[in-house]
Amino acid sequence: MVSRPHGGRLVNRVVSGRRREALLAEARELHKIEVSMDIASDIRNIAYGAYSPLTGFLTSDDYEHVLHDMRLSDDTPWTIPIVLDVSREELGDVREGDDVALTLGGEAIAIMRVEDIYGWDKEEHARSVYKTKDPAHPGVRKTYGMKELLIGGPLDLIKEVSYAGFEKYSLNPAETRVLFKEKGWKTIVAFQTRNVPHLGHEYVQKAALTFVDGLLIHPLVGWKKRGDYRDEVIVAAYEALIKHYYPRDSVVFSVLWMQMRYAGPREAVHHAIVRKNFGCTHFIVGRDHAGVGNYYGPYEAWDIFSEFPDLGITPLFIRESFYCRKCGGMVNAKICPHGDEYRVRISGTKIRQMIMAGKKPPETMMRPEVAEVVLRFKNPFVE
Amino acid sequence: MGSRSRKSKYTTVSIPVTLYNRIKKLIEGTGFANVSQFVIYVLREVVVEYERAKEAEEPFSEEERERIIEKLRRLGYI
Repeated sequence: MVSRPHGGRLVNRVVSGRRREALLAEARELHKIEVSMDIASDIRNIAYGAYSPLTGFLTSDDYEHVLHDMRLSDDTPWTIPIVLDVSREELGDVREGDDVALTLGGEAIAIMRVEDIYGWDKEEHARSVYKTKDPAHPGVRKTYGMKELLIGGPLDLIKEVSYAGFEKYSLNPAETRVLFKEKGWKTIVAFQTRNVPHLGHEYVQKAALTFVDGLLIHPLVGWKKRGDYRDEVIVAAYEALIKHYYPRDSVVFSVLWMQMRYAGPREAVHHAIVRKNFGCTHFIVGRDHAGVGNYYGPYEAWDIFSEFPDLGITPLFIRESFYCRKCGGMVNAKICPHGDEYRVRISGTKIRQMIMAGKKPPETMMRPEVAEVVLRFKNPFVE
Repeated sequence: MGSRSRKSKYTTVSIPVTLYNRIKKLIEGTGFANVSQFVIYVLREVVVEYERAKEAEEPFSEEERERIIEKLRRLGYI
């Protein structure tokens, strides 16, 4: 059986048919709040159940619990506050209990019942979520740039929103759940990524796949920091890798429109929860998962999982791998007896530098078919 | 506007002193700082199992499932 949705029920806040027509008409009369693409992705993830059990943006009670306890007020594990920030001007005369239309590019995409309007302390938020108040941290910097009020309450999606260009790969949680069942998979491991694949990634994916029925490769598309790989590069690189090196019947590739927050350990748990909602039973947690700079210890994202015996998805901690010239393949320190002189460490930074210089990374680091695809892009990195 | 609480809220439940002492001994030298921490951990582990057993499998209607399968076919997933 695929994973039970987080909180017990897969949320569906997508409105269709006559009710949708009625709500679209109603939205025209409502106070409007324009949202960013990042917020639009959160709206979509709420509506399609990727953030189950959330039915809307956090109210203050849940927000405080998430900040301080890493749980919702009903004790369900939840580590990243999903919030909607607004300015007083944007809010206008809106009061608690009112409905508002959330718009993207002027078009209403959702109707939200404003249950709660509350102030927040951005420094406290940064310290709790990112473990730092340093504005050089990309997540903290973003937090400091947010507006002074938060509004919480349930929402209904009335207009489809998607991340342009990846419709073919945008499966929602209901769809992956049905897909896994159709394939007869009972155990599914998810791999979260924001990088093009090198041999180390392939090694952990295949090591995990050895023990389960199927693998979901699930890169994030959406906002990323400068210097990260562009979404289309990641997708093209994985297309090449899967085509040449993966058995077709044991892997599913799909993208998830969700911003990276770089919140390290907390975000690792968030990534696992979201994949649980997509039906996965296992989740690969990387070394310094969702980390940035030196803000988190290399294995902090592993340790945090011990605080969640009730998470409902099994984290897999797979050791760092390297290429051993003596073994003739990818291995890790536990299974390779050879010394450093044989070992080729795979560094994402080193690969990035090679690609920037237009050089093809060696085959001990990256599959040639993948390297060729990445090098075909004029600029593979976010500017 | 909503009120803001800064600290986690707790309540008290009673367990037999004998059990308390047994747990206290058990957690010596482990990562658990006190009996409460251990009890919270174990309860969460157990509660989620009970919840899982109580809930229905999937929330889709047959019609919805068929629609999804059709889309998955169209996209080449199955």
